[in-house]
Amino acid sequence: MKAGTQKVATLALTLMVSLGQLLAEEQISSNAPAPSPAPSVDQIYHDSEWKTPPSQIDQLVFAELNKHNIVSAQPCNDAVFIRRIYIDITGTMPSGQQVKAFLQDPASDKRARLIDELLDSENFTDYWTLKWCDVLRVKSEFPINLWPKGVQSYQRWIRQQIQNNLRYDEFARALLLANGSNFRQAEVNFYRSGQGHSPADIAEIVALTFMGSRTDRWSEENVNQLASFFSQLKFKQTQEWKEEIVFHQPAPTPQQDYIFPDGSKISLAAGEDPRIAFTNWLVNSDNQWFTQSICNRIWYWLMGQGIIHPADDIHPSNPASNPALLEYLQNQLVNADYDLKALYREILNSRTYQQSSIARTDDAKSTALFAHYALRRLDAEVLIDALNEFGNTVENYWSPIPEPFTFIPKDNRTITLADGSITSQFLDMFGRPSRDTGYLSEREHTPNEFQRLYLLNSQQMHVRVRTSPLIRKLSQRATAKPEQAISELYLNLLARYPSEDEMQIAMAYRAKHLPAKTNNQQRANKNKNQAAAAEKKRQNNRRTAPPANANAIAIQDIAWALINSKEFLYNH
Amino acid sequence: MGLPFAQSVLGANQTTHPTAKAKAVIEIWMWGGPSHLDTFDPKPQAGADYTGPFNEVINTVADGMQLNSKLPLMAKQADKFSIIRSMTHGINGHETASYLMQTGRKPGDGQVYPCIGSVVSKFKGYDAGYKGLLPPYIVLTQPHGRFSEEGFLGPRYKPFSTGGDPSKDPFAVQGIIAQGITDARQQSRRDLLHSLDTLANAHPNSQAFKKLDEAEEDAYSMILGDAREVFNLADEPDAMRDAYGRNTFGQSCLMARRLVENGVRYVSINARGWDTHKMHFNSMNQKMPQMDQGLAMLFEDLAQRGLLDSTIVWCSGEFGRTPKVKWEEPWNGGRGHHGAVFSSMIGGGGFTGGHVVGASNATGMEVAERPVYPEDFIGSIYHNLGINPHSHLDNGRGEKVQLTIDSQGEGLLKELM
Repeated sequence: MKAGTQKVATLALTLMVSLGQLLAEEQISSNAPAPSPAPSVDQIYHDSEWKTPPSQIDQLVFAELNKHNIVSAQPCNDAVFIRRIYIDITGTMPSGQQVKAFLQDPASDKRARLIDELLDSENFTDYWTLKWCDVLRVKSEFPINLWPKGVQSYQRWIRQQIQNNLRYDEFARALLLANGSNFRQAEVNFYRSGQGHSPADIAEIVALTFMGSRTDRWSEENVNQLASFFSQLKFKQTQEWKEEIVFHQPAPTPQQDYIFPDGSKISLAAGEDPRIAFTNWLVNSDNQWFTQSICNRIWYWLMGQGIIHPADDIHPSNPASNPALLEYLQNQLVNADYDLKALYREILNSRTYQQSSIARTDDAKSTALFAHYALRRLDAEVLIDALNEFGNTVENYWSPIPEPFTFIPKDNRTITLADGSITSQFLDMFGRPSRDTGYLSEREHTPNEFQRLYLLNSQQMHVRVRTSPLIRKLSQRATAKPEQAISELYLNLLARYPSEDEMQIAMAYRAKHLPAKTNNQQRANKNKNQAAAAEKKRQNNRRTAPPANANAIAIQDIAWALINSKEFLYNH
Repeated sequence: MGLPFAQSVLGANQTTHPTAKAKAVIEIWMWGGPSHLDTFDPKPQAGADYTGPFNEVINTVADGMQLNSKLPLMAKQADKFSIIRSMTHGINGHETASYLMQTGRKPGDGQVYPCIGSVVSKFKGYDAGYKGLLPPYIVLTQPHGRFSEEGFLGPRYKPFSTGGDPSKDPFAVQGIIAQGITDARQQSRRDLLHSLDTLANAHPNSQAFKKLDEAEEDAYSMILGDAREVFNLADEPDAMRDAYGRNTFGQSCLMARRLVENGVRYVSINARGWDTHKMHFNSMNQKMPQMDQGLAMLFEDLAQRGLLDSTIVWCSGEFGRTPKVKWEEPWNGGRGHHGAVFSSMIGGGGFTGGHVVGASNATGMEVAERPVYPEDFIGSIYHNLGINPHSHLDNGRGEKVQLTIDSQGEGLLKELM
C-alpha cells in the first residue's frame, strides 16, 4: 500500500512540476553556447609536484616503466584524490561539504589520514561485503541456490569478518573447514554456492575463489585430484524448509592418497577430513597460489587492472606484467599476518595509486604497467546510490522469487543489498553481476544506448533533477548568487570547483535562458523586501514543489549536464 | 488456410542450411504457466473434477481443432495458428521451467545460456547489419527477470524493456518519451553537456568514452528522431485500438505489430499473472477475454497487412497447470504447476495454421503422442528464421556450444513447416 500511495504522490508532483516547467520552458532557446577552448587539464586535475612520499611499490612500478621508456602520469590533485578514494574504498561519493573541508585542510598528511578514516568506516564494510558477495556468489536462487535465509545468514557472516578485518588465511580456513547447518553455521554456504554439489563443482569454486584459477583450464587429472579432497563432503536436508547440513562423511577405505595442485602428495587415514590437509596446504605461506591470487585481486580492485589480468584467470600463459611487484605484495601480506587492510593502506598511499588517469604516453603497455590510474565506470550499485542520494529518491527492488527480503527500508543503500536475486531495473541495465559464476568479468561496465537513454531522458532522471533537495536549495540561491550555486553543483556532483572556463560557460547558459523580464522582476522584488521574504518562505514551505522559474530550469539543466558528463559517470 | 509447403521444402540439406521464411518474432510469454485444459487443450469428457466450470469447447474455423469455449475470437482465427498439445519437460519449478522454455537447456552445467530473443538478436540484429530505428529486441513492458535473457552472450544482446503502459496516453517509453521536456530544451541541454564534458577532452583516445559517445548518438536518434513516432499509439485509428482491446495486453499486441512493421526482429510481450494457484477460475474469467481479443486481433491484423507470412507469433507459459482442480482450502479451486504436458501455440512466419500437433492423454496429465521438447520448439523457430539450430555460439570462455541440444524426441515441428 505504501508503495502505491508513494507512486501517486510522485505522479502528482511530476504533473505539477511539468506544468510550471512547460510555462517556463518556452523561454528556452536551442542556441548552443559559444564554443570555448578546452579548459587546462593540468589546472583542473593535476598537482605540479608529488604530495605523497615515494614507496616501495612506486620503486617497483616506476623501475618497470623506465625499462620500457614509459612516462608515468602526473600526480592527481586533492580534488581528484578525494573523489577517487571515496568511490574506490566506500562505494560512495563524497558530499560537497566533505570535499570543501578536505581541499581547505592544509595538513601535509591529509591523504594518509583520509585513507585511514575511510578504511575504518561503515561504508567500507558495506562496499567490500558487496564485492566479496559477488566473488562468493551470494544469491538466493538460480542457478546458485543458497535460498533466502541462507543468503541472509551468509552475507551477515561475510560482513562481520570484513568489519573485524579477519586475517585472510583465517577467512579462507573458516570457509573451507565449515560444517553444519546453512542457517546456523553460515560459512557452510560457501560449499552450497556452486552450480552443483559434486566434488568437481566444489573444486571449481575453491580454485576460482582462493587460487584465482579456472579449473576448465586444468587437465582432467588435476581437477580430479583437487576434487578428491572434497569427495567426502556430504549434504543433507532437514525437516526445516531449505535447511541443509554440510558435513564430512569418512571414506570406507582405510587409507587414501591425495595429490595437491602443486604435485606434492599426502596419505590420509580413514576418518581424517581431507579438507584439513588441503586447507593447510593452501594457506601455507610458501604457497604462491594463495597469496598471489588475493594480492592480485586486491590490486585489480583498487587499480582497475590486475598485475595478472584478468585477475581470476591465473595460468602459465597469462604472466604477471610486473612479477617483482606482485612478489613484493605477497611478502608484505605474509609479513603483516594476512591483514588485508594493511595491504589496502600500502597500495592507496602509493604514488602509483595517486597518479592521474590521464596518461602521458600512448604506449599500448601503459595501462598494463600502471603508468596511470585506470578510468572505470562507476559500479551499477554505486551509481544508483549516488543518483538516489542526489534526487532524494528510492530504488524499487523486486525479486523473481517470492521472498520477504525484497521489502527493503527506503533509506537502505544498494551497496548493502545482500541477495544477488534481489534487483532493480537500473541494476540490471547497468551491468551488476549476476553472481552466477563468481567471475570478475560478470560486472559489466560497457556503455550501451539503453543506459544512455535512462540517464539522458528517463522520467526517473527528470524527476530527480527537478525534485533534488540540492537543486531546490541552489535554485533559490542562484537568483542572488548564481556563481556560488554553480560552484556548489560542481562540488557536490564532481567533487571539485569549476574552472574559470566552465564557470563562464555555465553562467552564459544561465544568462541566455534567463529572460530579461525575470531579472527586472527580481530587482523589483529586492526593493519590496518584505513581500519577497514572505514569498520565499511560502516557497520553502512547499516542500515538494520547487519554484519552476527560468532560474531553476537553468540550474537543473546544468546539474543534468554534469550528471551526464563522463566525469560523473566514471571514477578517474 | 495456407497450403502447407509440405515436406519437399524440408530436404536433408534444409536441416543444416534452412531457408529463412520469417523475419521477425512476436512472443507472448504467459509468465506463471496458463492452464492447458482451460485454453488450448480442453477435456470436457474428463469431468468436472478436471474442467471446473470451464467445461465447454468450441469449434474453430480449422477442421479438427477445438478450443476451450473461453476463446471464441481465437476460434475464428484458428486457420492462422497451430497448437502443440504435447509440450513437455517435466519440470514444475518456475525458474528451471522458464529457463528450459526460453533457452532449450537444462540449467547446471556452469554456464548461463541466452534466451531465444537474445539469440535472434545475435543472428538478426546489429551483428547481421540490422540498421533499424529501434533496438532489434524489445520487451513490452517489464523485463522478464525470471531468467537472464542474454546469458553468456553479454549485455549487447539484452532486450530493451519499454516500461510504461501502452494503454495509457502517451505510452511513456523509458528514456524515449519524456513528458515536460521540449525538443528545444533537449537540444540545448545536449549542447551544454558537450561544452562541459571536461574529462572527455582530457581523454581524447579513450575507447570507453568513444563507446559512450556512440551510445549517446544512438540514444538521441531515438529521443529526437522518428523512432519515438513508432511508440505513438495515438496514430492508430480509434477503431483499431478498440479492436485490440483497450487494456495493457491488447495495446501491447497492437504495439508489437507496429514494432514488427518497423523492422524490430524480436518482440516479447511479458504477459504476467498466470500463476493461478488459488481462485483459478476467477482469474481466468478476468484474463481470458483480454487474451482472446488481443491475440485474435493480432493474427487478423498481421494477416491483413501481409505481415503474418514473415512474422512468427508464439505463445506459451513455462508449463501448464495441474489438470485436476484443487477445491480444498486454501486453494479454493486452484491449479498447481504442471510440466509433464502442456500446450504452446505457434503461427505465421512459415508455420502452417489450423493444425494440432501431438496430444495429451484423456485427463491432460501426460503426453499421449509425439512429445515435443523445448529444444524442438525453439529449434523450429530458429529454423524458420534461417538460423541453424545446431550452429554454434561462443560461450564467452573460448568454447563453442551448440545452439540447441540434439532432440530428445522426434525433432523439429516438421509437420508445420
